[in-house]
Amino acid sequence: MSRKRTDVVIIGAGWAGSILAKEMREAGRSVIMLERGPERRTAVEGSYPGSIDELRGAIRHRLFQNPAKTTVTIRNTMNQTALPYRQLAAFLPGEGVGGAGLHWSGVHFRAAPDDLRLRSHVIERYGKKFIPEDMNLQDYDVTYDELEPFFDKAEKVFGTSGEAYKIDGKIVGNGNVFAPSRSDAFPLPPMQDVHTAALFRKAAAEAGYHPYSMPAANASKPYLNSYGLQMGPCNFCGYCSGYDCFMYSKASPNINILPALRSDPGFTLISNAHVLRVNLDAERSRATGVTYLDQKADREMTIEAELVIIAAFQFHNVHLMLLSGIGKPYDPVSNTGVVGRNFVYQTLTTSHAWMGRNDYTNQFVGAGGAGVAIDDFNSDNFDHGPLGFIGGSPVWVNQAGIKPIAAAMSGGGKSSPRWGKGFKEALVDTYRHSFAIDAHGSNMAYRDVYLDLDPTWKDSYGQPLLRMTFTWKDNDIRMNQYVVGKIEPIMKALGARHYELGRLEYGEPFDTRRYQTTHLGGGAVMGADPRTSALNRYLQSWDVSNVFVIGSNAFPQGMGYNPTGTVAALAYWAAHHIRTRYLMHPGPLVHRA
Amino acid sequence: MKKPGCLALLATLFLFPAAAQAAPEKETQLIEKGRYLAAASDCAACHTHDSRHPYAGGNPFLLPIGTLYAPNITPDRKAGIGDYTEADFSNALRRGIGKGGKPLYPAMPFPSYARMSDADIHALWAYFHNDVAPDPASVPANKIPWPLSMRWPMTLWRIAFAPTPAEARKSAERHFPSQETARGAYLVEGPGHCGACHTPRAITFQEKALSSDGNDLYLSGGAAVDGWTPVNLRQDNRTGLGRWREEDIVAFLETGRNLHGSAFGGMTDAIVHGTQHLTDQDLRAIAHYLKTSLPARKGEAPWTYDPAVAKALQQGTLPDKGARLYVDRCAACHRTDGHGYAPAFPPLAGNPVVMNPDPGSLILIVLRGSTLPPTEQAPSPFTMPGFASLMSDRDVAEVVTFIRRSWGNNARVVTQDDVRTFRKHNGQWIDDKPPSPMNRASSPRENAP
Repeated sequence: MSRKRTDVVIIGAGWAGSILAKEMREAGRSVIMLERGPERRTAVEGSYPGSIDELRGAIRHRLFQNPAKTTVTIRNTMNQTALPYRQLAAFLPGEGVGGAGLHWSGVHFRAAPDDLRLRSHVIERYGKKFIPEDMNLQDYDVTYDELEPFFDKAEKVFGTSGEAYKIDGKIVGNGNVFAPSRSDAFPLPPMQDVHTAALFRKAAAEAGYHPYSMPAANASKPYLNSYGLQMGPCNFCGYCSGYDCFMYSKASPNINILPALRSDPGFTLISNAHVLRVNLDAERSRATGVTYLDQKADREMTIEAELVIIAAFQFHNVHLMLLSGIGKPYDPVSNTGVVGRNFVYQTLTTSHAWMGRNDYTNQFVGAGGAGVAIDDFNSDNFDHGPLGFIGGSPVWVNQAGIKPIAAAMSGGGKSSPRWGKGFKEALVDTYRHSFAIDAHGSNMAYRDVYLDLDPTWKDSYGQPLLRMTFTWKDNDIRMNQYVVGKIEPIMKALGARHYELGRLEYGEPFDTRRYQTTHLGGGAVMGADPRTSALNRYLQSWDVSNVFVIGSNAFPQGMGYNPTGTVAALAYWAAHHIRTRYLMHPGPLVHRA
Repeated sequence: MKKPGCLALLATLFLFPAAAQAAPEKETQLIEKGRYLAAASDCAACHTHDSRHPYAGGNPFLLPIGTLYAPNITPDRKAGIGDYTEADFSNALRRGIGKGGKPLYPAMPFPSYARMSDADIHALWAYFHNDVAPDPASVPANKIPWPLSMRWPMTLWRIAFAPTPAEARKSAERHFPSQETARGAYLVEGPGHCGACHTPRAITFQEKALSSDGNDLYLSGGAAVDGWTPVNLRQDNRTGLGRWREEDIVAFLETGRNLHGSAFGGMTDAIVHGTQHLTDQDLRAIAHYLKTSLPARKGEAPWTYDPAVAKALQQGTLPDKGARLYVDRCAACHRTDGHGYAPAFPPLAGNPVVMNPDPGSLILIVLRGSTLPPTEQAPSPFTMPGFASLMSDRDVAEVVTFIRRSWGNNARVVTQDDVRTFRKHNGQWIDDKPPSPMNRASSPRENAP
């Protein structure tokens, strides 16, 4: 076994890892970053036209995790036996340098203030009894105001396009009326509306809602970010989600951070390095480093480090904590332990409008992060009192470009024939004249929805797989059905020739075969109470103080918004406190009460 | 220590009497000056083939007469120049005479280095002798068959075509409008040896001019190097740098990109190893000097933008196959209006590379692609993909002609035969994939997968 030493070892080369690497280098610490997958250089593999191959890309999962090596097992309820997730479908974790930050679409939101303190907020407005008994509703223990400088910092790294509503409390533009005040404008003006987004903007306003341009980490213009790195302008080619961006206009760690680190002699990126565990000392109170498998040499390597940053994808972070013995594993029966607790997802349903036969919706164009949304039914922007659920959904047209195979696979509408001439006609009609409106909603945490180590299945490295126990709960179905109902007036205002509303149905279990979203969250959440959170408000492990765990694993609930903007802000927030406090005096940044 | 070094030392003592007392500091300063001059002279472009072995040589030069390998110039006594005296070093640099009198091939730009001052040669010597790590890596033997391998004709060549240091210095002493121009001229004509690529050569291979003193051929564009045609650096409006402002030239040399164009080919190395390390003051001097040149081609009508093609493309009218290919393959980055998104994606409208009478660079970029080098101030490495496997000779000719004749560009038509001939003679460069831009080392080349 070979050993190396460094100040900081970072697991995962996605957004969280790359942000922490840059911050730790700015603090003068030597950094080794380990990435399980291969090196990915947008300028090589991502170059035009080779990269925009739908078969190789979205269908055969060029940038995604290879489930033949390691995956998760899934079951809906605690009395079932979980089985491995062998074919990616419902969610698509990334693999390789850039992680999911390379294949994401670029929707770049800031968490809503109410969502960050949802438990306190719900109790204040609706009373404690409003919270269902089995729901683990929690606060993040960090406020929007505390995170604001880090949201701002992240947007200037990502080159985010958008329109502000309020800056320093003053209304400055046509942005989202529900959005909290900002300290500065978006670094780039909003992306232009594609035709369907413009239709939605008009119809939503007619229906009495408040449409706004979605904040997109797709550059509306060429942009030089705060690290001196260049982005090209988005050309709406439609190859964002699932692809590396050949125009260099979708923010990714590969474009927006790593080029500033690669020539730095204090920074080492090791790809094809699958981390097997974080090593702890005998008291299990301090991490000594990590052991990884060098997949090219098929050799175990150990890195000794003062500080371990776990910054892989959400469930890999939880998996690694469980495998390493960091924090107490969650037990839903005794309702004790924290690692695996509050595993959450999002409720994503899609409705479709068919416009007139002279109205071409041009679904082949698009940008992954851009679109027009309404927040009238997101967060606590509406009175939940009479509705009997917690949570909400933004509703939007986020036309990301429908590629030919995807169009063919989705066919016509629900009522159209599944084969033959009728199928073909419906397919063509749908591709030419329809478009999608999503309700991209929250998902609350429940006592019997969680992550743990599978008792049966092991990965190709001989380690137990992570087990997901997940299904939909009435609260979230009620929320989804309510919000989807509010899409109907938009459909009417659109003058759609035909429309179909997509919604969750009671009793329908979570279906792993259909893509929903990759926005998994929780499992190692942040919070004020070590009995209900694995991490303190600085994303530091309560139990092993030289381990920080960065990612959407820290979210106590699944919010309506896409997670990356909040993950990036939390990464900068944690890095700030590591730099200004932890590195001077290593140890817990919050003391247990 | 031989005479030139002593003179330099005396000169330094005379100029900086206080520094003489602080010997180690002065030594450090001298070495730093040498390091700076090594960058200004772009020694690494040829003598560092592998960034793990700086200055250990090995870079191959594929010439019609055979293959030359740049020698190891580290102070290793066996493999490098450890047994050189400062006089030997000076002779090699400025006279093209290796230790023991062996004449060097003029791939070494000694006719340009001849112009370098004794003080600068001394600083370079101090740096190479005292700071560069000796590296025992030996370089492959040159592959040049007899009788071309005989070196003595090089001596005749030198006597006939290369200036002696005394002659070169005389050129340096000519009148310049300002100190800044004089400094720029020194850097360009001397250590920078820009003319080695950018000045046309005679049939006997000597540069047709070694300074702007002589004639309008100096820096008027050279013959192809590794398939790339060095552009005209004079003030020609269309085919030279006539429309570049001084700050554009400075930005280009610092970052490999500006609002008018992006670096490719050998210029990538020159920027990565060389010009990005120069001070702003020196870069401004270079820019200032280049702006004093006259156009090489008399009566070149000034370029003005013609919006006709852009309008046609934006209305969906595609006048010919070249236009169609352009919209499919090129317009995403370079735009239908040809303006690109500089400095991310270079403009083609009005770009001197595009209007070069020799279309070689344009053909090669379309076939092979190119990687924008990551530099300290502009670390983003962008790549234009190559289209060799996707486009026929005819396609390339059509699209290149479209680019050369749209938006006010007026260069000559490129035919299918031109492309076929180019492909025939440049196969090795077309197949040589652009370097993988990982900016780990100073040169991106070694990171090729």
